[in-house]
Amino acid sequence: MVFEKVKKIIGEQLGLDDVSGVTPQTSLMGDLEADSLDAVEIIMAIEDEFGVEIPDDAAEGFKNIGDIVKYVEANQ
Amino acid sequence: MMQEYAVGITGIGSYLPEKEVTNFDIEKMVDTTDEWIRTRTGISCRRVADERVATSDLSTEAAKRALADAGIEAAELDLIIVATVTPDMAFPSTACIVQSNIKAVKAAAFDIEAACSGFLYAMTVGQQFIKNGFYKNVLIIGAETLSKVVDWEDRNTCVLFGDGAGAVVLQRVEEGYGILSSYLGADGFNGSALAQPGGGSRIPATIESVTNKLHFVKMDGSEVFKFAVRVMGKAAMEALELCGLTLEDIDFMIPHQANIRIIDAAAKRLKLPMEKVYVNLDRYGNMSAASVPVALDEAVRENRIKKGDIVVLVAFGGGLTWGSSVLKWSK
Ligand SMILES: CC(C)(COP(=O)(O)OP(=O)(O)OC[C@H]1O[C@@H](n2cnc3c(N)ncnc32)[C@H](O)[C@@H]1OP(=O)(O)O)[C@@H](O)C(=O)NCCC(=O)NCCS
Repeated sequence: MVFEKVKKIIGEQLGLDDVSGVTPQTSLMGDLEADSLDAVEIIMAIEDEFGVEIPDDAAEGFKNIGDIVKYVEANQ
Repeated sequence: MMQEYAVGITGIGSYLPEKEVTNFDIEKMVDTTDEWIRTRTGISCRRVADERVATSDLSTEAAKRALADAGIEAAELDLIIVATVTPDMAFPSTACIVQSNIKAVKAAAFDIEAACSGFLYAMTVGQQFIKNGFYKNVLIIGAETLSKVVDWEDRNTCVLFGDGAGAVVLQRVEEGYGILSSYLGADGFNGSALAQPGGGSRIPATIESVTNKLHFVKMDGSEVFKFAVRVMGKAAMEALELCGLTLEDIDFMIPHQANIRIIDAAAKRLKLPMEKVYVNLDRYGNMSAASVPVALDEAVRENRIKKGDIVVLVAFGGGLTWGSSVLKWSK
């Protein structure tokens, strides 16, 4: 499932021990305190994992993790 | 078959201007904080050359140190190559100015521009002349005075860069040692991500070009970040493959010093522990073509590298360009 994989990637990139509280509504920068470069690295890891390309314009529109998942599902 | 010679670094030296500009100094110039700069880049301080000091001046000092380290005279040099994006002037080349400063009377001299990958490009070019027997003593310099071309009102770029110079002497070395492989590449399709547009034949210097700040470095930070993380890993792997080695063989890595977050991410991709990776960007920022040779010089002086070690140099930069070399340290 895309969401589960995305959640795992986020946990790895941010060094989170517990990602059970992460939901599609969770915001990377708002809730998980990622900075802009963490966000870039997460997007890159997702691009590599799913073989999709996520342009900056699209990435800037993501408000929460659910938006990332929707983008990946639509473009995979 | 034509005889080929093993080529390696037999002398190394660097020179940095004395003046330090800390993040706190920059807080007084643009809307930024020490905390932002440190957490996003790893940089705390950078060196800045005096108003009257040019790239050839830093190059000359680094060159003298590298020659002394190699134990040869400038007059014995066959070739000088300077890698820089901040030459003293359009021409004569910075290499010719250095030639006259150090009195390298019989040396040919030219500059190479491959931005932050410039030193690796220059070293690879210089290596060919020795490998095929054409020359014996080649001086390679990576030197920059980026402080002269950054917009000190632009917080996106001015916090990143610094001035400095590093130089190496290339000569024949024992078979099996020295430069084992090199890998160079370019992606001109995405060149606009990092550029200094003004001052050439496309946009010659005019009053408008100056007012519009076209003589300063322009950068798309996140575009360059993504490119850098991916290409550092790829370039290191390619160079290793070319000489039949693997990641496990790496004793030490000298990455281009642009941003600690790029270095961390690349090291993670290469599964290389940070103890094997040299970092000095906290003190000097990104010195473009000077970053790799200055870092290598410091690593050697701190005894982090010993004879027989496999050392990977890897850089990326404007162009876009990238380069990597695998060395078996021969000193
Ligand atoms: C430059 C770099 C550190 C910027 O980090 P980033 O996370 O991409 O930053 P962004 O450009 O997305 O900016 C994030 C915010 O920080 C702000 N910002 C930029 N520089 C800042 C500074 N020095 N101080 C405070 N805030 C700054 C931006 O204005 C932006 O604010 P906004 O969201 O309100 O617009 C990073 O992109 C980078 O290192 N890229 C590679 C650059 C490089 O290595 N170049 C040389 C290659 S040889």
